[in-house]
Amino acid sequence: MEEKKQCKGCGGALPFVVGFVAAVIAGWVLFPGVLYSKQNQPIRFSHKVHQEQGMECASCHSFREDGSYAGLPNNEKCMECHADVVGSDPDELKYVEQYAKTGKEVPWLIYQSQPDNVLFSHKAHESFECKSCHLEVEKTDTPPVYYENRLSGYSKQTMKMWQCERCHAENGVSNACHVCHK
Amino acid sequence: MKAKEFNIKWGMVIDLDKCTGCGACMTACQVENNIAPMVDSSNKLRTLSWMLVFEMSNKKPCPDAEIAYLPRPCMQCGNPACVPVCPVVATDKNEEGGIVSQIYPRCIGCRYCMAACPYHARYFNWEDPIFPKGMEKALSPSTSTRPRGVVEKCNFCHTRLQNAKDKVRMEGGNPEALPDGAYMPACSEVCPTGAITFGDLKNPEHKVHELAKSENAFRLLEKLGLAPQVYYMSKREWVRKLGDNYAATGKPGAEKKHS
Repeated sequence: MEEKKQCKGCGGALPFVVGFVAAVIAGWVLFPGVLYSKQNQPIRFSHKVHQEQGMECASCHSFREDGSYAGLPNNEKCMECHADVVGSDPDELKYVEQYAKTGKEVPWLIYQSQPDNVLFSHKAHESFECKSCHLEVEKTDTPPVYYENRLSGYSKQTMKMWQCERCHAENGVSNACHVCHK
Repeated sequence: MKAKEFNIKWGMVIDLDKCTGCGACMTACQVENNIAPMVDSSNKLRTLSWMLVFEMSNKKPCPDAEIAYLPRPCMQCGNPACVPVCPVVATDKNEEGGIVSQIYPRCIGCRYCMAACPYHARYFNWEDPIFPKGMEKALSPSTSTRPRGVVEKCNFCHTRLQNAKDKVRMEGGNPEALPDGAYMPACSEVCPTGAITFGDLKNPEHKVHELAKSENAFRLLEKLGLAPQVYYMSKREWVRKLGDNYAATGKPGAEKKHS
């Protein structure tokens, strides 16, 4: 009778441990890999090379006269230097042939792209350094991989609402809904 | 509940004697705020009109018959009825300027706020917005589109306030002290007769400050005590009385209360 009380083949705590480890691996390692698709920028743009020429962030990423932010430069800006092939980089040739000469804008992937109902004013945050929110791309030769959430379509690297709220709270800035939402 | 006080109070003064009922404000509003045209807009229970022009009549026979038009945006009440009833805090009056916010992704569509609002300024999306082919290219970047199942309302074209602040920052000014006219909702900007004056009710340099104190100024259903930030004015007594549904204090127009 004593032997029957012990469940043979169950292995005690082993199935629980195995299941737990499997669930942790699935949730922490496999699922994020499935959830985010990896994408590369259409052109291997090197911020490092441009920075070494003595260019500032604002040389290409600038404000408009009405205080709105132009964000990424368009062809017109790039072609001030890259209307013709400069150097021997294959991506340079790709840019000039596929975009500069055809007049098509480069479909850059925007790491910090926010949902449509978010309104962010760069002008209001001008006193901060760019890299306090943006990826520090100034030293990269190859742009970082862009991760897109397959379900929502949003960038993984974008700033989350809790980060906005925390910084606002720490700096005594209002966290009223309409300060950031539209 | 005690009303929150703000240093800036964005408000409108609408001169009903100047309003011709042309509806330009309604159109400008729909364009600015990405309100999709409906397949059948004859069902007025389902149309979305953040700004709506009502027709009023003094109900007198011909020689004395008069009509007036009353544009109705959200009143941005000082003591809003919609805010405390929201179970998920999707609507709040907590930002400097006193504009009542509505956050669509947070709204669960219970419509308590619609029942609470005595001005019928809130609208429910019964359908997903469908923009005719090509029109999606002309959508305004100022307002996010709303899905089916959420409530929406006028927010005094809030993005224009943000843009005006950015412009003032660019010019080196103080974004918390915008000059008169720097920030103007689409309806006020487009009104061909200039019936809609917009500004900070608390700032003596803004035109609305004086206009709201005029003896012809009144607010809708003032007896309810919601303290709207939208004022109306008319020299015609019947219009002023109708604004308070003939139930004010027996005196012409409504009793004026200024904070």
